[in-house]
Amino acid sequence: MRQSAKTILSTASVVSVVAIVLGSLSFTPKSVSAQEGKSLSVVEEGKEIAFHRQKGNCLACHKIADGSLPGNIGPELVNMKARYPDKSKLRAQIWDPTVANPNTIMPPFGKHKMLSEEELDKVVEFIHTL
Amino acid sequence: MKRLLLIAAAAVTTALPLISNAAPEDDLKAFRGYFLERFPNVPLEEFANGVYAIDPASREQWEAIEEFPPYEIAIEEGEELFNTPFKNGKTFASCFRNGGIGIKSDYPYFDTKSGKVKTLDLEINECLEKNGEKPLEYEKGKLASIAAYMAFTTRGQIIDIKIPHDQRALDAYEKGKQFYYARRGQLNMSCAHCHVDNSGNKIRADILSPALGHLSHFPVYRSKWGGLGTVDRRFIGCNKQVRAKAFKPQSDEYRNLEYFLTYMSNGIPWNGPGARK
Ligand code: HEC
Ligand code: HEC
Repeated sequence: MRQSAKTILSTASVVSVVAIVLGSLSFTPKSVSAQEGKSLSVVEEGKEIAFHRQKGNCLACHKIADGSLPGNIGPELVNMKARYPDKSKLRAQIWDPTVANPNTIMPPFGKHKMLSEEELDKVVEFIHTL
Repeated sequence: MKRLLLIAAAAVTTALPLISNAAPEDDLKAFRGYFLERFPNVPLEEFANGVYAIDPASREQWEAIEEFPPYEIAIEEGEELFNTPFKNGKTFASCFRNGGIGIKSDYPYFDTKSGKVKTLDLEINECLEKNGEKPLEYEKGKLASIAAYMAFTTRGQIIDIKIPHDQRALDAYEKGKQFYYARRGQLNMSCAHCHVDNSGNKIRADILSPALGHLSHFPVYRSKWGGLGTVDRRFIGCNKQVRAKAFKPQSDEYRNLEYFLTYMSNGIPWNGPGARK
């Protein structure tokens, strides 16, 4: 048993490293890394908010161009201009998706104040470019 | 678009029979049927293995870990604590049926005297208090080790939780069920959103395990925790994940939830303690 305990420790630490790297909805702080000195466009800001684990964290559920390790709970976000010719409809979907689908798992980012109205506007600008 | 329609249709057809006001036996049939259909290649008893029942890639890694189980030390510690006499000379064996061996399968049950659901973790502490000892902290530590030993001696028995014909027991079950399907937290999600509707799907890089069989293997060693955790610890974690207020360990809410969720796993083997990522 002694001997196995040692092996256990090393196995466990290897696995926990994997777990940390892959951590799903763990909202580990990750700085919104605006390159200093250079101001970001609204679309770029929207992208950072959308990808940020403690903000949009959209990648938890959606495949999005440029995003790593996406989940597959929601549909890939593509053809957004065609899907949403009217930007306000896209905004409404992100503000409170339960209006379109009362059973949805997607969080109501605006209604529950997970994003400020201003942040939400930026996310909409970014998503609309996809 | 097609995919969206499919998701929407699935949500409607699955949510209805599961949230209806049916008798527990009917709920169980619908619940089990849903998962057996969703994972047609997974036999019922395999659901005791959580995500590893449905994901061959992580299963391989898990099987390697199980060769030198990380919970082994906890079982040993638990056995020792279990057999160490209290100051009054008695041991835990005096508090349980069959001297406490192979009896995790009795829990959770509806206690007609207190009118509440009783869990093994709760009765471990009641045993200490009855014998003039201090209760232990829930969630992890010594209590988890004792529970791990007791789970170990119960391995291989089949989950067979009874809901007696007592309106109060049915109410407790019903409350647990409501809890499971209720949206909560800033993220507005229910347990069922993740572990029923989206079981097998990926949330970021994690595969969501099916609710069927969910409580067969507690307490569980999680690499992320670097140790054992009880059912309370898991419930608290999953509540916080959606930025919801967590309840106290062994609160009525969690006891009812454990009652509902364990009943839903009837027919699946007890296989605690388990190991998970
Ligand atoms: C926990 C899962 C989850 C998260 C997080 C999530 N979504 Fe969704 N999203 C879904 C699901 C599932 C759908 C499918 C439609 C439904 O359920 O009503 C969806 C649908 C959508 C749609 C509609 C797509 C279409 O073609 O009509 C858009 C747009 C969208 N999400 C954007 C976002 C954005 C932007 C974020 C982050 C700020 C986000 N989602 C975060 C699960 C999620
Ligand atoms: C946002 C998604 C999400 C929600 C909502 C959620 N969970 Fe989880 N849960 C997870 C993830 C991710 C894991 C770890 C991977 C796995 O086993 O599914 C997990 C693991 C678990 C486990 C351990 C499974 C095992 O094999 O050890 C249990 C039990 C559980 N959840 C119960 C619940 C309950 C009860 C609720 C509601 C109170 C809930 N979950 C809500 C995401 C969620």
